[in-house]
Amino acid sequence: MIFNQLKKMALPNAARKLLLGVKSSFSLFQTTANAEYRYLSSVSNPKGLLSLEKEEENKVAGHKNVVPLECRFVYPEFLPDPRLDHRNSLREKLERMDMMNRRNHIDIPEFYVGSVLAVSSSNPHAPEKVTRFVGICIQRGGCGLRAFFIIRNVVDHQGVEMFYEMYSPVIQKIEVLRLEKRLDNELLYLRDALPEYSTFPLDMEPEYLPEGSAIPVNPIKVKLKPRPWLERWERQELKGVQDLGLPKRFYERAAAVAKPWEKYDLMAEYRESIPAEEQEEIFAEVYSQLHQLEVTRKIMKRKRTFVKPKKMG
Amino acid sequence: MALSMWRKLPKLMCVGHGFHTSPAYSHIIKLTRLRVVDNSEIGKRAMAEGKPPKCIHVYNKKGVGTIGDKVLLAIKGEKKKAIIVGVKQNQPALSPKFDSNNVVLVDDNGTPLGTRIHVPIPQVLRTILKEKNVVKGADYTKLIALASRFV
Repeated sequence: MIFNQLKKMALPNAARKLLLGVKSSFSLFQTTANAEYRYLSSVSNPKGLLSLEKEEENKVAGHKNVVPLECRFVYPEFLPDPRLDHRNSLREKLERMDMMNRRNHIDIPEFYVGSVLAVSSSNPHAPEKVTRFVGICIQRGGCGLRAFFIIRNVVDHQGVEMFYEMYSPVIQKIEVLRLEKRLDNELLYLRDALPEYSTFPLDMEPEYLPEGSAIPVNPIKVKLKPRPWLERWERQELKGVQDLGLPKRFYERAAAVAKPWEKYDLMAEYRESIPAEEQEEIFAEVYSQLHQLEVTRKIMKRKRTFVKPKKMG
Repeated sequence: MALSMWRKLPKLMCVGHGFHTSPAYSHIIKLTRLRVVDNSEIGKRAMAEGKPPKCIHVYNKKGVGTIGDKVLLAIKGEKKKAIIVGVKQNQPALSPKFDSNNVVLVDDNGTPLGTRIHVPIPQVLRTILKEKNVVKGADYTKLIALASRFV
């Protein structure tokens, strides 16, 4: 008798969950087309989906989840490698702890591909034991402690690139001189672009954004040098590149080998991403500390910007 | 379908020079073209004429040159020795990767032929060249003194 009642109670719940699942996969299908960070998340705009789930959670647990969803763009390295044979929950957890320990020691600011960075690292070969390199971030990747970024600059008409491991103990300071995004997720085509697009003075002054403003997207279109190139750029759907000026056969070949259906492959999407629920779990673990660090950084910044008035006359 | 593919294949093969199935390693090996970055007379002329020198030997056990290795060059019909001061190949963390394979011409004693180097040079080179010095023999550290900038 009791069992039957329970069953009656449970059924609608299960049905609701099933419905939710269908809904979520549908919204997923809708949003994959313009998903920018496909690697990072199964759902590119899961706000609607999450709010539904949150309501349910609130009913059950009676508490609110406060982890903002931008976390996965600001701290992408906290998300583990989605490949199943690389997953190990214990190792991931330990890595996250190590990353937080490192972040307590040095300030690793928010930056994106296309931001201009200045990195100071200790270097036993330099006479002053510290080297500073300025450049534009052309690639960012890796998961956990293996997170890396590449910065590029043209110094004395010579293109130079530096590969940094973000959590390397050798790095002493990471400054963001210009915080902005570009139209593409990787700027590797700057290697084949005219040098003025990756030239930044080594004594560049930091530019500050007004507090609370959104990160600007630089819509600059880069002009590439004539072929030969390092990669077949015409085959990659690049948004930040001017007309390549190739003969017609190149575009025909690019169209022939293109795989436009791949972005609708839900299974591939699932395999290459961390589900939104899991992301929430991960960031719930570290968010309070990260937020604390951010607050202290802001306070320090304000302190630093205060300039002591000089005596006149 | 398969038949048409086979018909296409020899056509692709005869393209030869531009046809690759694997990415380039950018190794400095024998017959690699290099860029002379000092202001020595022979180096300047070779670069200006559009005939960059070819590497004809790498003086290490691997046969693939990296930063600080000595190479033998064929430059303007002559044989000259040079030190590699920047490579295009992918580099480990914290060491610079350049857009071209740069060399500085030296003579047998390690004295550079030019008087200036007009591109940045990796900091590691200081230590590497110091280690490669031979007592009362080749002294490569003179090259470091010519550098205008380090990265």
